[in-house]
Amino acid sequence: MHLIEAQALNGLALGAVLSLVALGLTIVFGLLGFVNFAHGALFMVGAYAGWVVYSQTENFFLAMVAALVVTFIVGLVIERVLIRMYYRRPPEDQILVTYGLAIILVEIVRAIFTGVTRQMPTPAWAAGTVQLAGIFYPQYRLVLIVIAAVTLAILYVVLFRTRIGLIVRAGIDDALIVNILGVNVNRTFLLVFALGAAIAGFSGIVDAPLLAVNPDMGTDLLVQSFVVVVIGGVGSFFGAILGGLIAGEIISLTTAFAADYSSVALYAAMALVLIVRPQGLLGVEGRA
Amino acid sequence: MQVKRNALAGSGSSAEPRIVAALTTTAARAACCFVVRNVPLTTADGAHSAALHVIRSVEPYDIPTVAWIAAVTATLSAVGVNVRHPPQERVRVSFKDATAAPSAKRGATSPRKETDLPVNRTEFLKTGLGTAAGLGLAGAGWDWARAAETPIGNYPAGTEGSSVFVGLLCDLTGSYSADGEDLRKGYLLALDDLNNGTGVMAKIASLAGKKGLLGKKVEYKVADTETKPDPAVQHATEFITQNKAIMFCGGVSSAEVIAMAKLGQQQKVIYMTGASGSNDTTGKDCQRYCFRSQLDAYMVAASLGPHLVKAYGKNRKAIYLTPDYSYGHSLANSMKAETEKLGWKTVADVVAPFPTSDYSSYLTNIANSDADVFINIEFGNDGIASTKQAAQFGIMKKMQLVIPNISTYLPDGLGPEIMQGVYGTQDWYWRLQDRYPLSKIFVQDFVGRWKIRPRWTAHIAYAQTAIWADAVTRAGTFNPVNVIKTLEEGKPTNLMLGPVHYRAGDHQQVRPCPVLLGKKPSAMEGKDDFFDVVDVVPGERVMQPLEDTSCKLPAYS
Repeated sequence: MHLIEAQALNGLALGAVLSLVALGLTIVFGLLGFVNFAHGALFMVGAYAGWVVYSQTENFFLAMVAALVVTFIVGLVIERVLIRMYYRRPPEDQILVTYGLAIILVEIVRAIFTGVTRQMPTPAWAAGTVQLAGIFYPQYRLVLIVIAAVTLAILYVVLFRTRIGLIVRAGIDDALIVNILGVNVNRTFLLVFALGAAIAGFSGIVDAPLLAVNPDMGTDLLVQSFVVVVIGGVGSFFGAILGGLIAGEIISLTTAFAADYSSVALYAAMALVLIVRPQGLLGVEGRA
Repeated sequence: MQVKRNALAGSGSSAEPRIVAALTTTAARAACCFVVRNVPLTTADGAHSAALHVIRSVEPYDIPTVAWIAAVTATLSAVGVNVRHPPQERVRVSFKDATAAPSAKRGATSPRKETDLPVNRTEFLKTGLGTAAGLGLAGAGWDWARAAETPIGNYPAGTEGSSVFVGLLCDLTGSYSADGEDLRKGYLLALDDLNNGTGVMAKIASLAGKKGLLGKKVEYKVADTETKPDPAVQHATEFITQNKAIMFCGGVSSAEVIAMAKLGQQQKVIYMTGASGSNDTTGKDCQRYCFRSQLDAYMVAASLGPHLVKAYGKNRKAIYLTPDYSYGHSLANSMKAETEKLGWKTVADVVAPFPTSDYSSYLTNIANSDADVFINIEFGNDGIASTKQAAQFGIMKKMQLVIPNISTYLPDGLGPEIMQGVYGTQDWYWRLQDRYPLSKIFVQDFVGRWKIRPRWTAHIAYAQTAIWADAVTRAGTFNPVNVIKTLEEGKPTNLMLGPVHYRAGDHQQVRPCPVLLGKKPSAMEGKDDFFDVVDVVPGERVMQPLEDTSCKLPAYS
């Protein structure tokens, strides 16, 4: 049996998806300083936007573009008309408004598409299984590792190798000073929130062939991505990636020995991190 | 983000006393809802009754607002944002109705001017929580609910007007939301038929030619259980206390159903289950006030097992994927016992948390096993996700898929390519209209009202409502004890599956069990024609012997 190897591989694939989802959350938190409870809902909106396009065109690439564009626009609108008014409000107001937003988004989608699960097939070019070291593994999940890695690399370049990334990171450190230096921080906030939303939406569509596409699909995932962010360190780019991979491997490897304890092990790991290093593995103390 | 932190420490404003009072009241109600939701029913009756008393006595606010604030309160306290219980002397909320409460003895609710109340947002959350904690502690050992109650449950208080109230608990969101929506449609059709004297209701001997129930209109409200036991119990409690419900019904997961059945027993209000497949519902958790119509896990296994062995042979090795709660374990264990009795081996039972969206790690275990039959116990959206992912893992190329309990919209989410050749059972399937005349009327009326065919949760909703209405009419009273005794007589009601009745010893319905087989895509006539009805097994033949159910029904009163 090659169960351990198989589960280690699966942990990598699972971790890649979790990293991607958590990254949107962590970028928004890092710059704007607040937890976006609507992240899971935006994930779902991305999946539905992609599903609509895919069911019309059968083109998965177009579906990915649609998810990105739609959630980016939704993110722009939400930030401009709603979120902007909440930057200087207490945290419970911010939780309330994003939590409420999540409910509204989910119910709008439910009103349009009903609660019945939609079929989102695996794209034909990635359907089927591949044999790796004696085990069978779905081809699409391997493609997903590549998609996640490429996306993360692009985001790295944007955030760490461009001027706009410099402004974003400077804004994370001290928004006031950046503003005084003549940079329009408001516009940066707007872009970053929309970027976070677009990452959520993109994760939604690339995850859609695996999951049951229905209005509640983001809820469960939001909890796991919070765990990832907490393990990796709130607001840290590499923390999200590390946290995602650790979470994926914990779930998978525990399942190899005792499936019933997989989620217990994940939360135990989170508790351990919080005890030993409350700011998360790669988090910086006192930020945000 | 220094600014935000500082905003928290801001001092109170000079808001209108009325607004402050309203906010405090809402916060207190929210905090009490929080207590009701989070304190286990069985362990702290006193705290529950205290919280319920406050919810009832203070000004009624709309439920969404209260639920909303309760959710935020819960989130905040979970996240740990500055929500601490204040010292007792700082609790200074007063309620007109609550001053008589035992907590007054502690000085916690000594009346003061309302303008004394703290107005800062964080403060009022603190106060609300503190009040709830104070009342909860003070209320321990004091059963207000009982003191305020009428002779038995909501009888006769709930029947004194020209109408009676029935509470409908449906899973409109969460993992079982598609099933819950079908359930809701079934209840609405059933109650409208009952009030108008139409449809299948009019075909029941005792109800023929009548409108309403014992001359009263049956009113109802629908609440969303979110596929979770806590909201289910919270909404059911509101139906019982605020609406004086004479009966409540619903739920799609056994976890919700078992929790609501306990509530019904405690409050002495009859509860007719929605969908629930666990043996425990009419086994170790059975209740005098609860009746279940769906096949229990034992009946599913006993009906399906012989067909599986006939189709796939004797020496097969089965592997299970099981959701980690009452229903999952119950059905997996019944299937294991039945198939092992018939010669199969069990390779492993892979247990996954409920709910789960990505099953890849569990399926990796299954794909790497040497089993040749994959028995998927997962249900609802989880059933769809897990089966779809299993197909991607190529599991169905080397194993035969079996889904013992097929949830309502599972075939729609998976498509006929996966469903073809899959054996399973459902509580009811619309093709049964070829065998049962009342099923045909039911399908026609449902399509007339909702423009789609009913699935099996709608059948449960309609049938359970009809049987209760029949029993009330035959008993001639809404008194729950008389209605229960009438149901326990075992006189059958003729419905969509022919004559059905409940077994007196555990309140499990004795009813036919449909065994289904997935159709080939080419053989389907229409997009919801997913199955052939292979067999309808008479219920008497597949009932678990009463002595094996470990059911001990509690008292009538």
